[in-house]
Amino acid sequence: MAEAVAGGLAHRAQRSLLSRVMLGVLSLLMVGGCVVTLAAFVYGRTAAQQAYDRLLVGAARDIAESIDIIDGAPVADIPVSTFGLLALSLDDRISYAVRGPDGTLLTGYADAHPPASGPVPGRDPIYFDARMQGEGARYVTIVRRFSERDYSGRVSITVGQTLRARNAMALDITRGALLVTGLGGLALILGAFLVIRSAMRPLERLAEQLLARDPYDLTPMPEDGPAEVAVTVHALNRFMARLDRQVGAMKHLISDTAHQLRTPVAAIRAQAELALEDDADHLPHRLERLLRRTRSLGSLLDQMLSRALVIHRTDNAPPEAVDLRDVALLVLEQRDHEVLAPGIEVELVIGEAAVLVLADEISLCEAVKNMLGNALRHGAAPVRIGVTAGAATAEIWVEDAGDGPPEDLLTRIGGRFERAAASRGNSAGLGLSIVRAVAEAFGGTLRMGRGEAGFRVTLALPEHSAAPSQGTPT
Amino acid sequence: MTPSAKHRPRSGGRQSGGSQSGARALRRAVGRGLRAVARPFLSVVSSPAPLRVPGPVSCPVPRLLPLTMVLAALVAPTGPARAQEAVAQYVGGGAAPLRPLLVRSTTDIAILAPALEAFVARTPGISLRYEQWGSNALYDISLAGCEGQTGAADVVFSSGVHQMVDLVNRACASPYASPVTEALPAARRWRNELWGITHEPAVIIYNTALVPAADAPRTRFGLLDLMRRPSSPYRGKIATYDIETSGLGYLFAFMDSLEATTFGGLLEGFARTEAIATCCSNEIIEGVAEGRYLIAYNVLGSYVASGHGPNIGVIQPEDYTFFLSRALMIPKGAAQKDAAAALLEFLLSPDGQAILAQNSLVQRLDGDVSSLSESAQRPIAIDPKLLVAMDAHRRQRFVTQWRATFGTSP
Repeated sequence: MAEAVAGGLAHRAQRSLLSRVMLGVLSLLMVGGCVVTLAAFVYGRTAAQQAYDRLLVGAARDIAESIDIIDGAPVADIPVSTFGLLALSLDDRISYAVRGPDGTLLTGYADAHPPASGPVPGRDPIYFDARMQGEGARYVTIVRRFSERDYSGRVSITVGQTLRARNAMALDITRGALLVTGLGGLALILGAFLVIRSAMRPLERLAEQLLARDPYDLTPMPEDGPAEVAVTVHALNRFMARLDRQVGAMKHLISDTAHQLRTPVAAIRAQAELALEDDADHLPHRLERLLRRTRSLGSLLDQMLSRALVIHRTDNAPPEAVDLRDVALLVLEQRDHEVLAPGIEVELVIGEAAVLVLADEISLCEAVKNMLGNALRHGAAPVRIGVTAGAATAEIWVEDAGDGPPEDLLTRIGGRFERAAASRGNSAGLGLSIVRAVAEAFGGTLRMGRGEAGFRVTLALPEHSAAPSQGTPT
Repeated sequence: MTPSAKHRPRSGGRQSGGSQSGARALRRAVGRGLRAVARPFLSVVSSPAPLRVPGPVSCPVPRLLPLTMVLAALVAPTGPARAQEAVAQYVGGGAAPLRPLLVRSTTDIAILAPALEAFVARTPGISLRYEQWGSNALYDISLAGCEGQTGAADVVFSSGVHQMVDLVNRACASPYASPVTEALPAARRWRNELWGITHEPAVIIYNTALVPAADAPRTRFGLLDLMRRPSSPYRGKIATYDIETSGLGYLFAFMDSLEATTFGGLLEGFARTEAIATCCSNEIIEGVAEGRYLIAYNVLGSYVASGHGPNIGVIQPEDYTFFLSRALMIPKGAAQKDAAAALLEFLLSPDGQAILAQNSLVQRLDGDVSSLSESAQRPIAIDPKLLVAMDAHRRQRFVTQWRATFGTSP
C-alpha cells in the first residue's frame, strides 16, 4: 500500500516534469511561430508590393511610350498590352491619367492625380498610396519630357490599381509560410515529446529499481545511464553507503556494548553478592573492589559513547581544516589526565608552524584523548604529546617511557572488540579502536611502535596544504 | 410584345455634320430627358389597380398573368437626345412591392421578354420595370446614377461591355457571388461585380433575294473582294453600326481593329463603296430585309433571328467571329439588390439560359448551323483590357479614322 502510494507519487512527479518541459517547448515554439508569422507577413507584403509595383510602373512606361505630339498636343495611344499587364492582377480596378504640364487631364480618369506633395516626379517613378473611390490603392507617377518644335514640357503619367491582388499574394505567402511553419512546429513538438520522454526514461527506471529494492538492501546501484542520472545515482549510492555504515556502526555498537557490559556487570553483581554474604570485616575491601569495578564500567561507557560520537561525526560532520596543535592543546586543557593519573606531568611538544589537516576537530580530540588516556593508564612517565609535520603527512603522537604492550597484543590491538581488555575491565582496546576509526575516516593511519624514548602511538593524517601555513599558535 | 416604337435617327444617307454636337447634347440632356420621360410612367405605376391581377383565393401562389404592358412609345421627338427607347412593365402575382425592380438594358424588349416573363412568373411578389436604352445613353445615365446625380437602376444589362467594364472600374457596381456566378468562366465575369449573361455572335447578314449566293461573303476577305469590285452593285448598299451613336458598334469596330489587319482594308472598302453607318440593330436588319441594304457587317446575330423576314442570310465569318456576352451589373445604388441578384441567378440558371437560347441570346455550340473552328471563335472577354476602348485619346483617334472613312470630318 505504501509502495503503491510512493509509486503513484513518483509517476505523477515524472509526468509533471515531462509536462513542464513540454510546456516550455510549446511556449518557445509559440513565440517562434508568432515571430515567423509576423516576418512572413512583412515579407509577403514586401514581395507583393515589389512584384505589383513593377507591373504598375511597366504599364506607366507603356503609356508614356505611346504618347506622340500631334498638332502641338500630346496624344496617347495606349496599347492594349498595357491593360493586359494591369489585368494580370485579376480583380483590381485600374485608374490612370495622362496630364499636361499644368496638370490638365489629357486622357484617363479625372480622379487619378500625381502626388500632391513630396518630390516632384523626375526620372525615377514615384510610388504612393491613395484611395480609389473609397478603396485603398497603389499609384505610380512617371514623367516624360518633350522637347519638340511644337511642344515642350512635362507630361505626367499616373497609374493606379486597387490592392486586392497584392493583399491576396501577401496573404498567400503568409499562409504558405504559416503552413510550413505549422507543420515544422508540429514535427518539433512530436520530436521534443519523444526526446524528452526518452530522456526521462532512466529516471523512471531508477524509480522502478528503487521501488523494487528490498528495504534492507543498501548495496550500491549500477551508475550507468546519462551523466545527470549517473550523478543522482552516485549521490544516492553515497547516501546509501553512509546509511549502511551508520546502521553497521549502530549494530556494532549495540553488540559491542552488550558484549563489553556483560562481563563488568556480572563482576559487579558478583562483588555485590559477595559483599552481602561475606563477613562484615571484609565489607570495606569488597566495597572498594565494587567501586573500582563501577568506575571501570563508567570509563568503559565513556569510551563507548566517545566511539559512537566519533562514528557519528566522521560520517556527518564535513571535514574542515584543523590545526593539530590546537587539538593537542585542547586535550591538555581539558585536564582529563589529572583525573586519570594525578601527579603525572604531560609534556607538550609542538612547533611554531601550523600543522593543518582536513578532519573533524571533535573526532580528533576524542582520538587523542584516548591515546593519552592509554599512555597514562598503561605506560610509564614521563608522557609526552606532540605534533610533527612530515613530508606529506601531519602527525599527532603520544609517547611514554614504557615498553608498550606485548608484541602479540600489538598485532591485535586497536580492533573493534578486544575481549582481553574487556575481560580485564579496562578499555584500552576500545580506545585504540576509536583512534583507528578516526584515522580511517580522514584517510590517515594509526602507527604504534617503540622508539628510543619509549612507546609511541602516532595518528598520521594527510597534510592539508591549501591552507596558509602561518597560523598563529594558541 | 414588340416595342411599339423604334427609333430611327438616320435612315440611310451619310452622317450629317451635326451628329457630333448631337452626341454631346445627348449626354447633357440625359438627366433632363429622363426625368421628363420617367414621370408619366411613375404615375402609372403608382396607381397599381389596373396592373394587379388578383389570383384565385384558393391558390396561394396565383397563376401569373404577365402583363406585358408596352406603356409607351415615348421617344424624344428629334435627334439622338433621348432617354429610354421603350418601356415595359411586368407585374407578378402576390403582393407586388411598391417599387418595381428597375432594369435598364440595351436589349430589345421583344427578345428578352420571354426570360423576364418567366422570371416574374416564378418569383412571387415581384414586379419589374424594363427600360430599353441606347448603349451610350445607358452608360451616361448609369454613370450619373453612380455619381448620385440621378436615381440608380437595380439592374444594368448592356451590350456595350466596354462601358460596363468602365462602370465597374469606377466602383459603380455592388458585388455578388454565388455558386452559379462563380461557375462562369473567367472571361465572363469580373470582380464578382460584372457577369456575361449571353453568348451572341457578331455576324454578316445579307438579303438572300438580292445577293447571289456566290457573292455572299463567308469571310471578311470575301467582303473585301466584294467591295473592291469596280462598279460594284453594293455601292451605298452596305451598312454597319455608326460607332459614335452605338456603343456596341464602337466595341465591335474597336475589337476588329485589334484583331486583324483586315480592319484597315474594311475601312477602305467601306469608304470606296460609300457604306452606310447607322445606329441601331433593328434599323439595319429591317433595311436588309427590305432591300435598302444588301449586306450588313457586324450585326448581332440574336437580333437577326428574332422574327425578321425570311430573306435574310446570316454568316458567321470564318476568319473569325466575335462572340459578345452582354454584361449585367447591379449598381452600387440599387434599391433592390436581392431582387436584382435573383434576376441574375435566374438568367444564369439552366432554365434561364435555355429561354435565352430559344431567343438566340445564347448560342449553343451544339446543333448550330455554324461550323466555325475553335480558333475562329473569339469571345470578347469581360476584363480591364476593354478599358482601352474607353480611353479618350484612343477613342478620339479611332473616331477620327472612322470619320475619315465615312467622309465626315469634324
